Amino acid sequence: MGAWKYILKKFFQAFLTLLFVLAVNFFLFRVLPGDPAKSVARSLKLSLEDTQKLRVEFGLDQPVFPNQFVLYVENTVTGNLGTSYITARPVSEAIATRVWWTLLLVGTSTVLATGLGIIVGIKGAWRRGGTFDVGSLGVSLTLYSMPEGWLGMMLLTFFAVTLHVFPAGQAQSAPPPAGAIPQFVDILNHLFLPCLTLTLGYIGEYSIIMRASLLETINEDFVGTARAKGLLDKNVRRHHAVPNALLPIVTLVVLNFGYILGGAIVVEYVFSYPGLGAFTVEAINANDFPVIQGVFLLTSAAVIFANFIADLLYVYLDPRVREV
Amino acid sequence: MSVLSLRDLTVTYQTRGGGLPAVRGVDLDVNRGEVVGLAGESGCGKSTIAGAILRMLPDGTDIGGEVLLDGEDVLKMKVGRLRAVRWKDASIIFQGAMHSLNPVQRVGRQVAEAYITHNPGKEKEAQARVTKLFEQVGLTEGRVGDYPHQLSGGMKQRVMIAMALACDPKIVIADEPTTALDVMVQAQVLRLLKKLQADLGLSMIFITHDLSVLVDVCDRIAIMYAGKIVEQGRAKAVFETPEHPYTKALAGAFPDIGDDRYRLAPTGLGGDPPDPADIPSGCPFHPRCAERFEGCDTTVPDLYPAGEGRRAACLLVRDRSDA
Amino acid sequence: MSLIPNEPLDSSLMLRGSPPPAAPPKSPRRIAWDRRRRSLRESWNTFRENKIGIAGLVMLCIFIAIAVCAPLIVPHKQTEITSGSSINKLMPPLREAIPSTCHEVSQEGGSTKIACDTKFSMRYPMGTDGFGRSIFAQWVWGARISLLIGLTATVIAMAVGAVVGISGGFFGGHTDTFMNGITNWFLVIPWIALAIAMASVLGPSLLNIILVIAITSWASSARLVRSQTLSVRNRNYVERARALGASNWHIITRDILPNVFPIIFANTILLVALAILSETTLSIIGLGDPTRVSWGQMLERGFNAGASSLGAWWWLFFPGAGITLTVLGFAMCGYALDEILNPRLRKR
Repeated sequence: MGAWKYILKKFFQAFLTLLFVLAVNFFLFRVLPGDPAKSVARSLKLSLEDTQKLRVEFGLDQPVFPNQFVLYVENTVTGNLGTSYITARPVSEAIATRVWWTLLLVGTSTVLATGLGIIVGIKGAWRRGGTFDVGSLGVSLTLYSMPEGWLGMMLLTFFAVTLHVFPAGQAQSAPPPAGAIPQFVDILNHLFLPCLTLTLGYIGEYSIIMRASLLETINEDFVGTARAKGLLDKNVRRHHAVPNALLPIVTLVVLNFGYILGGAIVVEYVFSYPGLGAFTVEAINANDFPVIQGVFLLTSAAVIFANFIADLLYVYLDPRVREV
Repeated sequence: MSVLSLRDLTVTYQTRGGGLPAVRGVDLDVNRGEVVGLAGESGCGKSTIAGAILRMLPDGTDIGGEVLLDGEDVLKMKVGRLRAVRWKDASIIFQGAMHSLNPVQRVGRQVAEAYITHNPGKEKEAQARVTKLFEQVGLTEGRVGDYPHQLSGGMKQRVMIAMALACDPKIVIADEPTTALDVMVQAQVLRLLKKLQADLGLSMIFITHDLSVLVDVCDRIAIMYAGKIVEQGRAKAVFETPEHPYTKALAGAFPDIGDDRYRLAPTGLGGDPPDPADIPSGCPFHPRCAERFEGCDTTVPDLYPAGEGRRAACLLVRDRSDA
Repeated sequence: MSLIPNEPLDSSLMLRGSPPPAAPPKSPRRIAWDRRRRSLRESWNTFRENKIGIAGLVMLCIFIAIAVCAPLIVPHKQTEITSGSSINKLMPPLREAIPSTCHEVSQEGGSTKIACDTKFSMRYPMGTDGFGRSIFAQWVWGARISLLIGLTATVIAMAVGAVVGISGGFFGGHTDTFMNGITNWFLVIPWIALAIAMASVLGPSLLNIILVIAITSWASSARLVRSQTLSVRNRNYVERARALGASNWHIITRDILPNVFPIIFANTILLVALAILSETTLSIIGLGDPTRVSWGQMLERGFNAGASSLGAWWWLFFPGAGITLTVLGFAMCGYALDEILNPRLRKR
């Protein structure tokens, strides 16, 4: 039952952090001068009277704390993330249409980068100093050092514009092709370059970390025990070395989730991929604060959630944690 | 016919600074059903011998001589034969069971793995064997599904013993099996080892730095110093009437509580064991020897006979038997 | 004859017949420093043998040299700087730094058009941008600015992280709970979200970018320093020092800091690399300081001017390669340092 106590503790911590994020989100943007109602009114070209009505609707006529804050929390919990200054449409609606593209991009890239990175790292560490190890280490270090935005730009310029092998942006052709299969292929076609960029950007780091972790584990006594028992080399690796070497990777991959989001934002911007990233960049350039707030909240919640999932995974992988 | 024969075994580690001779020509025989003890201070080479027997030493280490396991030279075996021989013919009880067990695998599974590796496909038999082994080493059946961190030090050591016996090996090498344990637990584990050895007729090499432990468990003892054996003989005789000055010092370093001799004049050995990279000329023990004389620093002593079944590498012994 | 000698005693007379005095005993501080110098030399020797580390160090030295010598390689007209602030002298805003190849071209109809060359030549080894300005000139200054931003932000982040980590780890109790809580919060929030939020509130300027990067990166250092402090604090000699009556300040400076320093140093190397990468990302999405020429800014300008669709790869390639090689230098040094500090990673 120690496992459940641990999970509950982690859940509670995650919840607390989320509350704190809400608070910071609220107060950070209240620091700004300016009148949200007026900005929206300007876009919609409302009358003075309607502007005032809007102001009341936003709750701006009430004191900031506690009334506005409570209103903010209520709104957030019910899914109302405010209204965009620029488009005057609800932020939640804008996010809802775009978040799936971002999930597709980040999801596939993370899976590929983690999976391939782990495999490369294991292979390199097991035959340390060999040609594969030295080569993959060099490539990994170089990929790690590349800014994702630049990598995307170069891939875009070379493959899309110069060679015309892949489309130069967007998630689908406009108009999208008819039929499920052609549409699926079309999406993959558009996904390829941005996904490649993001995957290459992170595969280096994961393979280096996996390599280091496995190198440490190889020197542990119990690996010697396994060898002495007469196990085949590959079984020593598979059943004893790797399961123990994977443990720190789980934490690290999740810790990296915040960085992947940053990479996703830049890559989406470079490839005009219609996910949250490009949308956020537009909002930044236009000072559309409700949108920025909404994205801040969403990304923070996503990372908090990912951390929690990682804690669950760790309980499953490492029996020692269950006793705490 | 001996179960294990070491013939002129030499082990030289390769380091950045050159070769480090850890074992410099060791001859040792272990007969069937016999327990041979190997004693000495840290760095004398005894653990290296344990590693050499199953070729567990780091890549690049120079191993010379012969390691005859039931007549077959381990050092000349191909990798496939070596893997088959490992654990099935000779197994090791490692020291520091703290880290010798896989922390994320249940202990029962780890012991079963030893059996299944050499009897592939026999899952059911493996389970039955594990249950029987756990019973033999005094662990309750419930422990089979536990993880290493759930067991105490003594229990983990019992798991290591069970694991070493899993494939009914011809010889068991116990590499400091009680060093990392509390004194009380040490006694329990020693009792267990003695019982198992008697019940199963095990052949064993027992490696330790604690001479008094060896006297209890072993039939014969070999004392090592600076990579060579300096005294050999029946356990009790070596302990009670040591011939080599080093053995005398080792034996004397363990006081009998209550014996006035030790209270009034504590014995002990000054100095440190020699650095393998810088072994003294002649008899390697001469710088620390209380009985050294002229010639000790130039002549390298062989193992001279010193009584029935007894040998010692000391010029005093040579001169005595000559006279 | 009085008991008090009138003339100074001749020490050699007094010592006649006794053995010459031994060398004066070293003070404890001297011993400690000798030991530190020795271990430093050992670490340097180990580092020297690591080929990756040396290669990284060489690359770093090259780029740092470029950054420092920027005014020599690409001199700019000092007279055009209006404000006398040292920041402006160090990192001149764009318009003063770049020589231009634009010239007027007369066209049919009597009007003139501004035309700029974009070809490679000896004068323009990296080509020119859309306005005819030498990419090489921008690139050299970009080295200085990118490195400066990275280093400044890291120094701030490291200082804050070290203070928070040490105070939390050393004092424990409520202080630790508080410090740890703040650290954890900053760790969980994705850096880009915080950076965007802050940058949009503060506005784009050099100082703000440095601040944003520092604020989003101090937390990982704090956690590292805290765990190291905890392990040092629990060592026996600290307990004994306390028993002897050593003050907190004494323990912190004499025992904790020297043991925490190697980790801080290795972490700093990595942090500078990350800071440079962060600045690139922020610049590309438009949060950087548009008046300074950092490599990230060059990428942003080039991309927004349509480098990809025009096929003008040289607007993008050189700044990006500069970033990659500089970060690679840091990463390689960090990798070698990792092997020094963590002996378990070395070849057995």
